[in-house]
Amino acid sequence: MTTTRINFLATITIATVMLSCSTNSTKADASNSTANITSAADIVAEGNPEALQVTGAPNVPAPIGNRGAKKLIVNLETSEIEGIIADSIHYTFWTFNGTVPGSFIRVREGDEITLNLKNAANSVMPHNIDLHAVTGPGGGAAVTTSAPGKESSFTFKAINPGLYVYHCAAPPVPMHIGNGMYGLILVEPAGGLKPVDKEFYIMQGDFYTKASTIKKGLMEFNNDKAVAEEPDYVLFNGKKGSLLGANKLEAKVGETIRLFVGNGGPNLTSSFHVIGEIFDNVYIEGGSTVSHNIQTTMIPAGGATIVEFKVDVPGEYVLVDHSLSRAFNKGCIGKLKVSGNANPKIYSSNKTAAAE
Amino acid sequence: MPTQKFTLQIKLLLQNSLLVVEKYKCRRFVIIVPICFLLFFIESCIKEENTEHKSEKTQFLNVPDSLYLIKANVKMVYIKGGNYKPFFGSNTATVNVKPFLIDERPVTNKEFLEFVKINPQWRKSKIKKIFTDNTYLRDWPSDLELPKNAKPDAPICFVSWYAANTFAKCAGKRLVTLDEWEFVAMADADTFNARNKPSYSNKIVDLYLQKERQYNSVKQTAPNYWGVYNMFDLIWEWTDDFNSVLTTGDSRTGKYDDKNLFCAGSATSATDVMNYAAFMRFGMRSSIKANYTISNLGFRCAKDTL
Repeated sequence: MTTTRINFLATITIATVMLSCSTNSTKADASNSTANITSAADIVAEGNPEALQVTGAPNVPAPIGNRGAKKLIVNLETSEIEGIIADSIHYTFWTFNGTVPGSFIRVREGDEITLNLKNAANSVMPHNIDLHAVTGPGGGAAVTTSAPGKESSFTFKAINPGLYVYHCAAPPVPMHIGNGMYGLILVEPAGGLKPVDKEFYIMQGDFYTKASTIKKGLMEFNNDKAVAEEPDYVLFNGKKGSLLGANKLEAKVGETIRLFVGNGGPNLTSSFHVIGEIFDNVYIEGGSTVSHNIQTTMIPAGGATIVEFKVDVPGEYVLVDHSLSRAFNKGCIGKLKVSGNANPKIYSSNKTAAAE
Repeated sequence: MPTQKFTLQIKLLLQNSLLVVEKYKCRRFVIIVPICFLLFFIESCIKEENTEHKSEKTQFLNVPDSLYLIKANVKMVYIKGGNYKPFFGSNTATVNVKPFLIDERPVTNKEFLEFVKINPQWRKSKIKKIFTDNTYLRDWPSDLELPKNAKPDAPICFVSWYAANTFAKCAGKRLVTLDEWEFVAMADADTFNARNKPSYSNKIVDLYLQKERQYNSVKQTAPNYWGVYNMFDLIWEWTDDFNSVLTTGDSRTGKYDDKNLFCAGSATSATDVMNYAAFMRFGMRSSIKANYTISNLGFRCAKDTL
């Protein structure tokens, strides 16, 4: 463990030093890459605090690229809103920034982030935030509990690169998460992740409602089903069909795709799979170890993963939780449509040949 | 000295009368005399006030000189009390709740308006800054005007603990303690303790999940076993010691005083982890401070049995 840690830190140091040698360093870069930096905690975040742009799924903010560590402000608002969970079924979601999942937060290691959490005045419940990217009590939850109409704020330094879940941790936590209160925060290593052509944000969640069968009307959280871990819906991005039809993800043949995939839970572990693709790279559990040639990758509840693959063959690729009843019966299905020229070297149908 | 003796006598009389009420409800005549006496006593002490004709200042019940008593028309319900198991604590520890009287419903907009009419220092424009945040009576267009569309009989919200506590004093009462509130909250329509019924928590959670319900009038739904209305279906309620669950050194909870009311920490010291309704209530209580005013947080009053 210690060795890994030292190796890891050494890598960071070397990476930062190399970075400063190979580029025309900005002032911030220069100060970040002094030789005596031994930990991301020592990276100096430069400048005045700037408001960070965040995005709703499936969109992802622009990569951090080569920038130095900064002081950033992230504003999140918690709200309880009625939305459509499936077909014509309405559900009262609890959200960060009005969406399920909540906004995607993209920072780099060494950034100092001031997180302002406001709870909408018409909320019924108090809410808070536990970011798994935070080192400190409750991941922020200990200091961010906000009554309806109230705000709270705390500042943390992102010291571990990786893809992390954030969620509300107000009691009863399974209910807050079960209603949709989760999102992802990406902490890029210095220098950023390798550029790709397309990036998407997907988050799986299990939903427990008052409906026993499909019926119309407004549904609420069902406590008993949650405790029994028997969801009515298992969904990508909080809605059946969120990645289908007009909402399909799209790419062109030859592009490299990176999916940031989180699992809010509250209960189920995801067996994430893209039918017809093999993941060239998987950042296992969203961390620093990269594995290759993976068909299906596990995403724990409260965990995340980054998968990368190149799309070589046109067609529709189906994203599923390969615990397939969830895909087949409970809504956990999405599509990536790849357009472009066929590539018979890799994939072709023999139907025509057989007919001749 | 003679005054004290007199007061003591009154107390004894009232105590007796209440016991009689409890035990021999049918023999009402037995209590008529002491009750009349009591009413006479109270009448002689309370002078109704209004802004035009301020007369006597309040002279008893620990009401500060600067405050004026308000007329409390709400029916109070006698709660017999008894032992109960607090939501946080060891599984075997019980707390004894002494008999008390509780308002049958939350304090309403109309009543709070009366309160600020005769106690100008608690008006929106006059309230001392330390007693509130910046949303006190948020939707009131002016000091003595309820919000447009607000039902006079809907519960008052956007009031701080200080304001609620002062209102209670001016009504000759006090705020309900957390244990008292939770004791009454154990009841459903049929029993005084329904906590073991499978549907108990879920029914309350269903109510809690409804938004904007604080704008409805009080007493539009059925009362509980005690005859108390609106424990769950309209608002969160201030309790006298709302934050006691977070303090350390509470003898009641002993080693359980380290209550992280976030993540799974809140489940480690709860006596019934299936009681989601209680988690929601305590979550709410843990998020508030005495100067907070919130859109769905109001209060009701209680009183000791003399």
